[in-house]
Amino acid sequence: MFAYRKPLLMTAAAFAMLSQVAAAEEQFFPIVSYRVGPYGANGQSFYGGFVDYLNYVNLKDGGINGVKLAWEECETEYNNAKGVECYERLKAKAKVSTGPLHVMSTGISYALIDKTAEDKLPLAMMGYGRTDAVDGSVFPYAFPLVTTYQMQASAIIKFIKDKEKGNLDGKKIVFLYHDSAYGKEPIVALQEEAKLNKFALTLIPVAHPGNEQSAQWLQIRQENPDYVVFWGWGVMNQTAIKAAQKVGFARDKMIGSWWAGSEEDTVPAGDAAKGYMAATWNVAGSDVPLIADIKKVVYGAGKGNLQDQAKLGTILYNRGVSAAVLSVEALRGAQEKYGKGKPVNGEQVRWAMENLNITDARLKEIGATDLLPPIKTSCADHEGSGMVKIQQWDGAKWVPVSGWIEGNKGLIHPLFKASAQQYAKEKGITPKDCAKES
Amino acid sequence: MLYREAGQFKSSYAADQQLFPIRQDRIGIILLLAVAFLVIPLVAGEYWFSAILIPFLIFALAALGLNILTGYAGQLSLGSAAFMAVGAYAAYNFQLRVEGIPILFSFIGAGLTAAGVGILFGLPSLWIKGFYLAVATLAAQFFIVWCLTKFPWFSNHSSSGVISAQKVVILGHVFASPREKYLLVLSIVAVLALAAKNMARSSTGRAWMAVRDMDVAAEVIGIRLLPTKLLAFAVSSFYCGVAGALYAFCYLGSVEPDGFSLDMSFRILFMIIIGGMGSILGSFLGAAFILLLPIFLDIALPWLAGLFGLPFSNATVSHIQILVFGALIMFFLIVEPHGLARLWQIGKEKLRLWPFPH
Repeated sequence: MFAYRKPLLMTAAAFAMLSQVAAAEEQFFPIVSYRVGPYGANGQSFYGGFVDYLNYVNLKDGGINGVKLAWEECETEYNNAKGVECYERLKAKAKVSTGPLHVMSTGISYALIDKTAEDKLPLAMMGYGRTDAVDGSVFPYAFPLVTTYQMQASAIIKFIKDKEKGNLDGKKIVFLYHDSAYGKEPIVALQEEAKLNKFALTLIPVAHPGNEQSAQWLQIRQENPDYVVFWGWGVMNQTAIKAAQKVGFARDKMIGSWWAGSEEDTVPAGDAAKGYMAATWNVAGSDVPLIADIKKVVYGAGKGNLQDQAKLGTILYNRGVSAAVLSVEALRGAQEKYGKGKPVNGEQVRWAMENLNITDARLKEIGATDLLPPIKTSCADHEGSGMVKIQQWDGAKWVPVSGWIEGNKGLIHPLFKASAQQYAKEKGITPKDCAKES
Repeated sequence: MLYREAGQFKSSYAADQQLFPIRQDRIGIILLLAVAFLVIPLVAGEYWFSAILIPFLIFALAALGLNILTGYAGQLSLGSAAFMAVGAYAAYNFQLRVEGIPILFSFIGAGLTAAGVGILFGLPSLWIKGFYLAVATLAAQFFIVWCLTKFPWFSNHSSSGVISAQKVVILGHVFASPREKYLLVLSIVAVLALAAKNMARSSTGRAWMAVRDMDVAAEVIGIRLLPTKLLAFAVSSFYCGVAGALYAFCYLGSVEPDGFSLDMSFRILFMIIIGGMGSILGSFLGAAFILLLPIFLDIALPWLAGLFGLPFSNATVSHIQILVFGALIMFFLIVEPHGLARLWQIGKEKLRLWPFPH
């Protein structure tokens, strides 16, 4: 009879531990992530960085003003339906207290935009997702933070323009893109830029997954453009870089988006990738003070999230850290306004995300200089920055080759506004008045 | 004892021809519907509605559509997800472009549009069969997704190609909460499932089955192949189209063409293979198995791991889940190649003799 008792007690203890996780004085983070599936490698780096920083805040400062960070992860495999299921599963806990939700998938973020607004949970889409959510009057709970595809495209054009001594008249630029929502979003912005700067723009789509591009590169050879702006994804990136080498197109005339500029893209392309450029909003490398400190504090304590420590300091790992830094800063802001030392809920975090002001000085304080550009958000501008750096692959690592470049806000933001207005009309949403927001 | 038909006499043709000739089945189905309509809305939480019940019903409807085509009429198709995409985009465009159209009309319109496209892609079925037909329907899968991506008109010139479903309003009432959406989806699925059950035993359904079993023989006894096969394609696509519209309007809220990938078509095909070909019940059982088992494993595995103190990371759980899922599919296919519906049928036969088997 005693034989039964022990497992029973253990079960009871396990339940007790489970319920402790959701204790009131913890700040909960719903993490809808992916570490397996077609893009699992990317997710491992990104969410590794994200979780490592949360751990770092717990270990180093004992949480935010004494409120420990807790989190629960749910695997989506980059599948929209699974993403929705995960969101619904974590929602009950997130309603009590929540950090911003990062799903790192445009498809899942689209599926969650309406739901998060209804449930009053903030959705962060750093560098992906619905870009016209920049207009916070229509999308109060969605934040395409740091920068968007359109602003990035505009910044890339600005970079090219600077290289060409301020004149793009008569130049030829090819836009080679993944034929999906992701690849098509910047087209409008590029067309506007082409009109403004009088360069010829040629659009060349690549069908998913893009592991065969000889036809496209043949066309590029015939066109002989001055630059190729490249919006690739997954396996398409290395294929394009190799194909460029094959047709003899100079890689240093090829500029990729931030999802086409990580070690996962250049290393498999080998020698062909040398000189290839890509946009990014965070630098790579483990010599960034914060990354070095994470290595010391978190991995030193044996609590690191990465199974493969070689990923530490890669572009995507650092991007995950930058996402976590932003989230934690938003929580600090929320506590600042709604009571220090208390967990904050979705509405409060939403306010904080709309009133973020992360200056250079603050970034330096955290040790995150160059992990993020300075960010200042408002109701009318959920993006907050719109700046990117251009980096170049030197054959072994990514090296920044420019300072922060801001896209043409005056040209791009009205496009967002118009698109958001159309969305509001289709959905019957009355936009709130940003002038009345404090 | 529980399931005996002894003593149930049928004295009229109507009684003999009714949808559920056995009294226990009638009571069972009424109970099931009563639970689904009355009890579940009262007890289930939001997570159950939006993450489990609504997708289950929608995929069951899509599987039902494919089952009509593949299970009853014997035409293998790999284009179900594409027909769902047609339905989703058609419903969106009806709502957008036709002023004041009731949403249910949009859904029906979505089904009819999908049916039209289905007929178009069903035409080759007269000349090609089996796996070759599957390849032809594969063309539908790629063509439709390409078409929806290529022409911005379909997504109302949205720069990303993603459409966002409009509000669901019926007679001035907005179906916003998951519970209301569940009831709407349930009503539509229940009506369509009963219609399918009825169709399967009508002359149409019998003609489909004749074509499935041997098309030459069917032709000899006077069944015209072309209309029969095309009708199967049309009805099947209609079901998939409505499922697609519900998928966009009542489940995800916004969809992109790439979401309706070949992967989804395969999942629907697996549902009917696991659930049972040529069975209405099988479509539901298959959808439940394919959709709910991974979720169940996802929740149960970490809990089990915690119980035994095993250090499972999230990724490990996902890997194990895929492993277990695959193993279970194989187990079921070996034990009962005719699907879960057949298991249910065997169970019923056993119950008929219980407790005195001979």
